[in-house]
Amino acid sequence: MFDYDKWQEIFASIQRHKLRTTLTALGVFWGIFMLVLLLGAGNGLRNGVEYEFQDDALNSIWIRRGVTSMEYQGLPEGRPISFDNEDYDLLIDHFDGIEHATGRFYLRGDQLLVYKDKELSFPTRGVHPGHQQVEKSIIIRGRYINQRDLDEYRKVAVIGKEVAASVFGNENPIGKELKIGGIIYTVVGEYYEEGNPNEMRIVYLPISTVQRVYAGTKTLHQLMITTGDMPLEEMKALEKEIKMAMAARHQFALADPRAIWMSNMGVQFQEYQNFFRAIRIFVWFVGIGSIIAGVIGVSNIMLIVVKDRTREIGVRKALGATPRDFIAMIFQEAIVITGLAGCGGLAAGVGVLAIISDLEVQYFRNPEINIWVGLAATLVLILAGALAGLLPARQAARIHPVVAMKAD
Amino acid sequence: MKAKIGVSWSLLHLINRNHPIDKMISLKKIRKAYRTDFTTLEVLKGIDLEIASGEFVSIMGSSGSGKSTLLNVLGLLDDFDSGAYHLNGESMKNLSAKEGAHFRNRLIGFGFQSFNLLSFKTADENVALPLYYQRVDRNERQKKAREYLERVGLLDWADHLPTQLSGGQQQRVAIARALITQPKIILADEPTGALDSKTSDEVMGLFQDVNDEGITVVLVTHENDIAERTKRTILLKDGLIEGDQMHMSTAKLSINV
Repeated sequence: MFDYDKWQEIFASIQRHKLRTTLTALGVFWGIFMLVLLLGAGNGLRNGVEYEFQDDALNSIWIRRGVTSMEYQGLPEGRPISFDNEDYDLLIDHFDGIEHATGRFYLRGDQLLVYKDKELSFPTRGVHPGHQQVEKSIIIRGRYINQRDLDEYRKVAVIGKEVAASVFGNENPIGKELKIGGIIYTVVGEYYEEGNPNEMRIVYLPISTVQRVYAGTKTLHQLMITTGDMPLEEMKALEKEIKMAMAARHQFALADPRAIWMSNMGVQFQEYQNFFRAIRIFVWFVGIGSIIAGVIGVSNIMLIVVKDRTREIGVRKALGATPRDFIAMIFQEAIVITGLAGCGGLAAGVGVLAIISDLEVQYFRNPEINIWVGLAATLVLILAGALAGLLPARQAARIHPVVAMKAD
Repeated sequence: MKAKIGVSWSLLHLINRNHPIDKMISLKKIRKAYRTDFTTLEVLKGIDLEIASGEFVSIMGSSGSGKSTLLNVLGLLDDFDSGAYHLNGESMKNLSAKEGAHFRNRLIGFGFQSFNLLSFKTADENVALPLYYQRVDRNERQKKAREYLERVGLLDWADHLPTQLSGGQQQRVAIARALITQPKIILADEPTGALDSKTSDEVMGLFQDVNDEGITVVLVTHENDIAERTKRTILLKDGLIEGDQMHMSTAKLSINV
């Protein structure tokens, strides 16, 4: 039942000590506010990293060309390493566990795309069919590059959703002719990718066509493979084996860290996850520290409340108040202060997270918190605050009325 | 037939012996000491006292004689170490905090030298407070509080805070607060100690009225003229009762004849 008098007394007590109560509430508010912000920021970092990884397969290994930094069997350092189709064949033919493989040929600068009266520039790359799995491209219309395209040096193109929208508007691009870098291609597919929208602003062509038409070489700029459901340790072993094979083929020291660059997405992702797990632990540590500080503040203030009200407690006891009446009164006051301040901190924290949620910075995205975690933290704080009030409340209950009434 | 007659001290004893009046307070060998780490100060050294229902008693004594301690023990505001204390026929030995609160709330009304009103509550809220601890409905409490404020002539001041009232008015509010639970006994520690003589006179008039209604009144005072307005004075010295005297001028007793 709603006890008007009890609430009146609580608010009267709060009102009588505005500064003290405000400072205490501020401590609690700050505790929850910081916890929410830190958790949100932690999640923002995690989401940002997941977002960056979202458009690439996590079971992929990426191999980039480099320049040797060590002498090797009479060969000088500073030798650039370059890949060609034989490297691709090496990967396909000599290693078990490779699910998909692709090379990449980057056309220098953006290529001019001409369709009817539209002229727009987009990055264009030559790729193998396995590129679809490496990039986790989802075909929304038509098909991806296939082996026949490569074998027959077809002039076909697969375009990203953003490219399709910019060049073709509402038209269906499939089957349309599109001039890319002065050469006419037929659009055979349109793809979509999760994550960074820039990944959908790319045109993919059969790698054999690109090599023949634009460069007249068999050069590859990059190699990527996926490893199916291979465990992380096996992926690491495979990475090492590939490096050994590449070192033998391109004659560089296995210990040379700069001859080729290999990124194991699975390992990287795991490293990031471990890093963010550590951040989360740190966040909770700091957040719980803030809450404990808030609770100590409430406990302290309740001790002062009891001391300040000792005489009043004595009078009330003389008039018939039972120990339970005091415990309820002090307890309720502690709950009101922590509850209001805690909920305020939660709301403010969620509000700030909402404001910065549109912030698009690399490795920071959507700094959300699980509202239940926030509510649970607030509830814990309220309970802790209530317990913090319990000690002084029990102390108040024990004061002898005659002693209490003599207090200053 | 009920009649009020004046009786002498010896006659009173006779009446007490032959016509037992309800005992409101009965103390037997009450002892109370305050202990610190180094010393023990014995304040009450074996008090034997009986106060009948409807008596108007003053307790006098020099400073340190134990009069306030005795009143605190009577009011269950303080414990006693040994002896027996019966209030309204019930033993007050080893009461729990809750039981103590219950008896204080139901049987006793208090008056204090410094009034002990809650400064942030209005006069009527102060008066109503004891009923709050009886879980009386808010509206009923307020109605009764105003009724009792009217009795002490302060209805117009019901919405005022204690700081807006004079000392005499504050003591009258405190008396209204003491009466609102219709207690069996009123205990007052130096109720006129902070008041001028005119206001003291008014306050004593109120206590007289209360007593006339049959409520036992026990007050501690160091002023002879205040004690003389009561019907019986108990004199304490060094923690023991040194004198117990009826006042002839005012000694009236309701008895069944």
